[in-house]
Amino acid sequence: MIEVQGLVKNYGALRAVDGVSFKVNRGDILGFLGPNGAGKSTTMKVIMGFLRPTAGTAIVGGHDVTVDPVAVKRMVGYLPENAPAYPEMTVEEFLGFIAEVRGFRTIAQSRPRIERVVDLCHLTQVRRQTIETLSKGFKQRVGFAQALLHDPPVLVLDEPTDGLDPNQKHEVRNLIKQMAAEKAIILSTHILEEVEAICTRIIIITRGKVVVDATPEELHARHAGAQLEEIFRDLTQTDT
Amino acid sequence: MASVGCAFFLGGFFNANMASLESYFAFLPWLFIAFVPAVGMRLWSEEKRAGTIELLFTLPVTTLEAVLAKFLASWAFLCLAILLSFPMVLTVAYLGDPDWGVIVSSYLGCLLMAGAYLGICSLTSAFTKNQVISFVVSVFICFVLVLLGWSIFTDFLGGYLALPAWLVDLVSNFSFKSHFDGFVKGIIDPKDVIFFLSLAGFCLFLNVLVLER
Repeated sequence: MIEVQGLVKNYGALRAVDGVSFKVNRGDILGFLGPNGAGKSTTMKVIMGFLRPTAGTAIVGGHDVTVDPVAVKRMVGYLPENAPAYPEMTVEEFLGFIAEVRGFRTIAQSRPRIERVVDLCHLTQVRRQTIETLSKGFKQRVGFAQALLHDPPVLVLDEPTDGLDPNQKHEVRNLIKQMAAEKAIILSTHILEEVEAICTRIIIITRGKVVVDATPEELHARHAGAQLEEIFRDLTQTDT
Repeated sequence: MASVGCAFFLGGFFNANMASLESYFAFLPWLFIAFVPAVGMRLWSEEKRAGTIELLFTLPVTTLEAVLAKFLASWAFLCLAILLSFPMVLTVAYLGDPDWGVIVSSYLGCLLMAGAYLGICSLTSAFTKNQVISFVVSVFICFVLVLLGWSIFTDFLGGYLALPAWLVDLVSNFSFKSHFDGFVKGIIDPKDVIFFLSLAGFCLFLNVLVLER
């Protein structure tokens, strides 16, 4: 579903992403790990067509993002870091706006979709509140609801559990697991237990380069007896 | 309100003893200098500051669509604001017998001019995530573009600096005011229409380029 090929992204003289390649298939939950500033978010932004790559490309569902970004955006649900949303809109207005932009123009088309995600993300009690009045956890869930609204075959989630309390984290993880069978999912995080809990594959990236691309089992087999945390520290320590 | 105030107190609306809105419309190019940037300043800068621009451009829309949609929405708002000055029209219609052709052409000029101002504001707003900077820069640009056609300024160029007439004409041709004055006199010149539309169009084109950078 997602194929990233030799992705390079420079910010001026700084090389944020340096030749990243990987593939994600339907049914995969790819955990994108790395220290802060390793290039996780940048890679995701390039996949989404928000940033233009310096070299290389990403192909999502057969569409090259450098050629036809709108087709890619149609297929993907994206939760940007910190879940930005229009603060003066209510949750319902915001989801209604997203539905309209996603092509569900009539109320008959958009209503059931909005109801579904409001339900799924437990937003019922805040649905008539403006987004600026919401707590971090609710904001995050609004962003998640927005990404799920059109039931996309591909999900790209930038730190989806950031700012949630342990119960909510657990719930979001369950939600992701449930949806995994028919979707290809990339999620970035620096919470290691999360990766072990739900991911079927792990990519560790540091200084813009992929240093590990394996299943959790393979990773443990390779570093016998070590905790993921130790492995992570070993591989990314050179950064600090 | 401010526009009506200007017409009443500065423009000699009643003293002129004429059933026309000329004194009302004459002040609009000056008022728009502050009014339109206030509407346009947050178009892109607010999206950038709040990070929602990342959301907007990961939805299935092209940059051109987004730029045009934002422009048209704000333009519609400005048009509504302009048309809400209709009590002025009712007033002159009650007090006398105005020339309706002139009023219609003045309003048309107004709407087109607002579009051109807005194009500039939309463009400057795309350069910064700070609304205040966006506002100040667009006020400045709009001010210069009005000033170029102000009779006192052109007299200064032609008389004091003794610049040749063609050069003075060239300079004042870039001004909102010179192109707007025709409409207020009841003349709808295609040249003026094209000036406003092409200025807005050019700014929006640059706007797309800036955002895709």
